[in-house]
Amino acid sequence: MNFLDLIWIIPLFPAVGFAINGLFGKRMPKAAVAVIACTAVLLAFIFAVGAVVQLSHLEPEHRSHTVKVYEWINAGPAHTGEGNIANFTIDWAFLLDPLSSIMVLVVTGIGFLIHVYSAGYMHDEDGFYRFFAYLNLFMFSMLTLILGSNYVMMFIGWEGVGLCSYLLIGYYFLKKSAGDAAKKAFVVNRIGDWGLSIGIFLIFYNFGSLEFTKVGEVVREGAAAGLFNVGDAMFVTIALALFIGATGKSAQIPLFVWLPDAMEGPTPVSALIHAATMVTAGVYMVARSNWIFQLAPQAMGVVAVIGGLTALFAASIAIVQNDIKRVLAYSTVSQLGYMFLALGVGAFAAGVFHLMTHAFFKALLFLGSGSVIHAMHHEQDMRKMGALRKKIPITFATMAIGTLAIAGTPGLSGFFSKDEILWRAFSSPQGHILLWILGVAVAGTTAFYMFRMLFMTFYGESHVDHHTEHHIHESPKTMTIPLIVLAVGSVVAGWVGIPAWLGGSNIIERWLEPVFEPIPIAVAALGEHTEHFSHGVEAGIAAVSVAVALVGFYIAFSTYYKKSDRADRVSAQFKGLYTALSNKWYVDELYDGLFVNRAKDLGTGLWKFDGSVVDGVVNGAASTTVQSALGSSWWDRWIVDGLVRFVGGFLRTFSSFLRLIQTGYAQNYALVMVLGVLILIGYVLWGN
Amino acid sequence: MVSTYHYLFLGAALFTVGVIGVLTRRNILVILMSIELMMNAVNINLIAFSNHLHHATGQIFAIFVITVAAAEAAVGLGIVIAMFKNKETMNINEIDIMKW
Repeated sequence: MNFLDLIWIIPLFPAVGFAINGLFGKRMPKAAVAVIACTAVLLAFIFAVGAVVQLSHLEPEHRSHTVKVYEWINAGPAHTGEGNIANFTIDWAFLLDPLSSIMVLVVTGIGFLIHVYSAGYMHDEDGFYRFFAYLNLFMFSMLTLILGSNYVMMFIGWEGVGLCSYLLIGYYFLKKSAGDAAKKAFVVNRIGDWGLSIGIFLIFYNFGSLEFTKVGEVVREGAAAGLFNVGDAMFVTIALALFIGATGKSAQIPLFVWLPDAMEGPTPVSALIHAATMVTAGVYMVARSNWIFQLAPQAMGVVAVIGGLTALFAASIAIVQNDIKRVLAYSTVSQLGYMFLALGVGAFAAGVFHLMTHAFFKALLFLGSGSVIHAMHHEQDMRKMGALRKKIPITFATMAIGTLAIAGTPGLSGFFSKDEILWRAFSSPQGHILLWILGVAVAGTTAFYMFRMLFMTFYGESHVDHHTEHHIHESPKTMTIPLIVLAVGSVVAGWVGIPAWLGGSNIIERWLEPVFEPIPIAVAALGEHTEHFSHGVEAGIAAVSVAVALVGFYIAFSTYYKKSDRADRVSAQFKGLYTALSNKWYVDELYDGLFVNRAKDLGTGLWKFDGSVVDGVVNGAASTTVQSALGSSWWDRWIVDGLVRFVGGFLRTFSSFLRLIQTGYAQNYALVMVLGVLILIGYVLWGN
Repeated sequence: MVSTYHYLFLGAALFTVGVIGVLTRRNILVILMSIELMMNAVNINLIAFSNHLHHATGQIFAIFVITVAAAEAAVGLGIVIAMFKNKETMNINEIDIMKW
């Protein structure tokens, strides 16, 4: 079976699952709903694996397979920049190349595990079928996003995942906070989408096509022919516009505010959408558009700085969070910052590598936290947990592995991907020592807050409420088996990126090479900054990050492993900083004041305008009509009717005089006749 | 001699008597008789002129007038009888319903 030609079916499986569960799920037994949803994703995964294996059999230069299903839009010729004409065609087509192959395996593989987990986790919920229908719809949109061969297909998937995010965050729609969080996610995302749309428009305007392969070709050939220069305003604008879209979808500064609120959704949603897949769409998009970014170093600088700052910003908030899911949410924002830091310093492959490993351990951590919440009977506050290690051992073991992975323990997946990023931040011509220091600080902070979470939840004294204590039990197999699989993945997934200084061949970087081929003039422009470091320096950098992680671990250990009041003492000592961090640096309040309340004021103002001016006009028209009606009625009653009455009255007066002639006596009438005759005779005789 | 003027004068005198009778008498039958008198005065007029002009037309017209007078008298008497059935009076002053 030629899986390469069948990649168009991959998004179709979950689409069919969505249709069946959405239309008929309400009347189907829960087991059937879950089986249909999980099977759909499993089939997508199997086809994806088949396709990627067949792709790997091709020569590296030819590892790019496009399958066109049909020509969807053909709008004819359009004027593009410089007076050229291009044909605006969008095909419903799918592209499998090294980049999308990694994405599709991550999305379908981890998606499948999360679907299986959800079957157990969501078992007692109302609207079970609705959850799986939305989850399958999300898989369809996400697969369209990553497998689409042009920017429009990607945008369709982009919007689709935004919609599903809204639907799933607001899954518990009877809770006001859930509805608010869903709206917040959608609106903030939309702001990013504006940037992305402008980027797409500019791409078509400047390059005459929206197909990834075509745009890449145009950019590379133009650069080679000297039409484009490094740092051209056109590239910087497009890159920044695209990046705005990425900040929205991937929760970077300034549009990250929706992600912590998104924890209102069920935990599998947080795992799938807000950790492993949807939020990585921004990273994918930037990686896909790497040729544009390569020719816009200023934009890449912006990406790196924002990525680094976001990483530190979010990590700082995570250290004081008490809700287990919030810690993980801010951790996701922070790790996404790492990915953008990588992209920004030119380490595109490293960013994608971290995306992959992060998907494993972040999904694991979220699902693990879901298992904890399930055992704790929906308690999410870590201050009410403690000493759960022996009661939910599988959950504990897998979460411990996830924590070790994210902290960058040598040998586990997080170590390889994070270290690659930190190394490139230090050594890449577009890197900078300050960015590296930023990254190291984040690594230390990450280790601290992750182990803090682990210790507060599983170690120490139990602060569990007595009532809940009796309910604590390990989760069912449908939940623990995905945890175990993800834990294995968190360990081994990094082994595809073992760097040279450790004797590996960095398979993943070589796999992604055709996609991220450097553009000669960009490399030349950076030429003067390129230094060459030895493996020794690289090992030294890695040692520094491991050391920093150990420091973070130690601080967490000494504060939270055993009972102590050090945490309270420190937070009292640095009260100002603690308050700022607890209030998330007041960003939500800032946005409320600047934008949200101003928008509401605008609405109120318009409402008042409507009430006074618009309704005033309507009321004025009504009262004018009433007044003119009064006038007309006066005229009608007094003038018109008066005229009629006058005529009648006049006639009556006149006739009352005249009728006296009719006396009723025939002889009077005869007399008058005679008189008339006499007058006539007189006229005839004497008149002239 | 007796000329045409004498006849005309006779006719006029008879006509005037008839008019006075129509205008002043109370009894309906007398008024009818006065009307007949007026018509006969007209006849005399016609005969006088017929004689004057040596033409027979006047005389033939007088025959017509007599016929009409007779028919009219019949109709008039019919009206008088109808009126008497209603009002039981021959006094024309009492028939004044058709007044203002």
